[in-house]
Amino acid sequence: MLRREMVRRAGALAVRLAQSVAVLWAAFTVVFLILHVLPGDPVSIMLSQSEDGLSADPAQVAALRARYGLDRPLPVQYGIALYRALHLDFGQSIQTGQPVLATLRDVLPGTAALASVAFALALLVGIALAVATHHAPEGATKAALAALPALGTALPTFWVGLLLLQVFSFHWPLFPAMGNDGWRALALPAATLAIPTSARIAQIAGRTLADAAAQPFATAVAARGVGRARLMAVHLLPNVAISLVTMSGLIAGNLLAGSVVTETVFSRDGIGRLAQLAVQTKDIPVVEGVVLLAASLFVAINLAVDLLYPLLDPRIGK
Amino acid sequence: MTDINPSPTWDAALRSPRPDWLALLCGLALGLVFLWAVVPGWFSAADPLRGIPAEALRPPSAQHWFGTDHLGRDLFARTVYGTTVSLQACGLAVAVALAGGVPMGLAAGFAGGRVDALFMRAVDVAMAIPALLLALAIVTALGFGTVRIAIAVGVSSISSFARISRGEAVRLRHALFVEAARASGVRTPAIMLRHVLPHAAGPILALVTLEFGTAVLAVSALSFLGFGAPPPQPEWGLLIAEGRNYMAVAWWYTALPGLVVATVVLAANHLARTLRARSVLGG
Repeated sequence: MLRREMVRRAGALAVRLAQSVAVLWAAFTVVFLILHVLPGDPVSIMLSQSEDGLSADPAQVAALRARYGLDRPLPVQYGIALYRALHLDFGQSIQTGQPVLATLRDVLPGTAALASVAFALALLVGIALAVATHHAPEGATKAALAALPALGTALPTFWVGLLLLQVFSFHWPLFPAMGNDGWRALALPAATLAIPTSARIAQIAGRTLADAAAQPFATAVAARGVGRARLMAVHLLPNVAISLVTMSGLIAGNLLAGSVVTETVFSRDGIGRLAQLAVQTKDIPVVEGVVLLAASLFVAINLAVDLLYPLLDPRIGK
Repeated sequence: MTDINPSPTWDAALRSPRPDWLALLCGLALGLVFLWAVVPGWFSAADPLRGIPAEALRPPSAQHWFGTDHLGRDLFARTVYGTTVSLQACGLAVAVALAGGVPMGLAAGFAGGRVDALFMRAVDVAMAIPALLLALAIVTALGFGTVRIAIAVGVSSISSFARISRGEAVRLRHALFVEAARASGVRTPAIMLRHVLPHAAGPILALVTLEFGTAVLAVSALSFLGFGAPPPQPEWGLLIAEGRNYMAVAWWYTALPGLVVATVVLAANHLARTLRARSVLGG
């Protein structure tokens, strides 16, 4: 490779990295502003939550403020929070006193397992649905198949979860109603989380398939006598892969956001349940941690996608 | 000026050769639910708050269409009366998103250059935080309650409105009639208000409808999680959350109110798709 070309690529990579860092910094700032500026400060929110909030004596409030560094001017607080975040210190959970990072790390495996199984399921169902819709003969079947993704995105996730529980845990006791143990406990939550995700994947895949099939290369390949199955597998599906990779940051974000409701419905330990509890108890550092985790995940995936593109799609990066 | 059609969407819908029965049905369903919200008393004679303990957890019947809850309250009445709070919250959420997003997006798309570049960077940031998590952070700061979750849902959807409006502004910025208005000395705010906004109305209307469905889902999810209206009040998400404790014995408690929520979202989404297709064809 030419040296000039390598320098150009290194430069592009540096710009892309700087952009990612800037997005993360901005996300951090937005979350900080929401949680520290909007109504008051974490201590007043915390005290308003506790039962004896009204009778909390000023000395106690002042002590709490000093303890969390909230008696300092806001820009100073922001500076300190940013400095700490750069050193991966996101403070302590107000409820448990544990560091936020450790708290997140403890529950991450549960959500990772749930999200990956749900994602695999969604990928399978979504692509199968898109391919089936693509090949279905024009008419009622095709219309019905094409309407399914819209149905999948319209169903409230918590309601689907409760219905699955009702049918497969209570009516027919096939799966446990709650908990984290084993694959049987994973089945219903993963199915719940997979429904909206598979619908979104089917929509993306369906659009890409239609676009690709309308292009001259598809006609040329078909004219050469290549069968439908081979045309789909070798020539059309790689296009779907690329558009799904493009959307993978958003899909991951949706899975993480969906885990809040899913884990709450099935009483599973994980990031989502942690977020729900943190909002309920006004545990601001934990809420901040969860939102930042989601933003970092999105930024990291998009960065990885950008770096992978030239490998996946020979048209890009030339 | 008669050849400048201010609202391609409605016009195309009226001129359509074949009525779209499914879209009509969706419109009727939404209209019915709106009536529930405005005059719930017309649709249910039962009291949504007072229960008859002897009739607790009865399955659906001619007398109680959706069955009764653990306190013997009529669940259909609670669903109908809950519509008021739920739809008000969704309306507020869409209004917040609309008021926050549309001016920003139109201004950015119309200004172009650096302002637009800055705007797009802000959109990048907004996309990095999933809407539900952003809403959760805002709810943490604002506190609990239906109005607050509505504001949180609205604020977290500002970016999608801003994105669509920007796209429309960019599309229309160099349109012939905009250039003509500018050449005849119309000022930029007036151009945006009188010439760009009406033409962007179709896609924005489609987005409002879509966003309404999204807001129904988000508001009911947040109140299901326990951040919305306090218990005695009937509200869709809360209703389903209450039914959670009686799932083993009363399937109707969660299933039927949830079916109403799903139907409303489905109808809104379908109408949004129809409107968008029409606005593309007509505009």
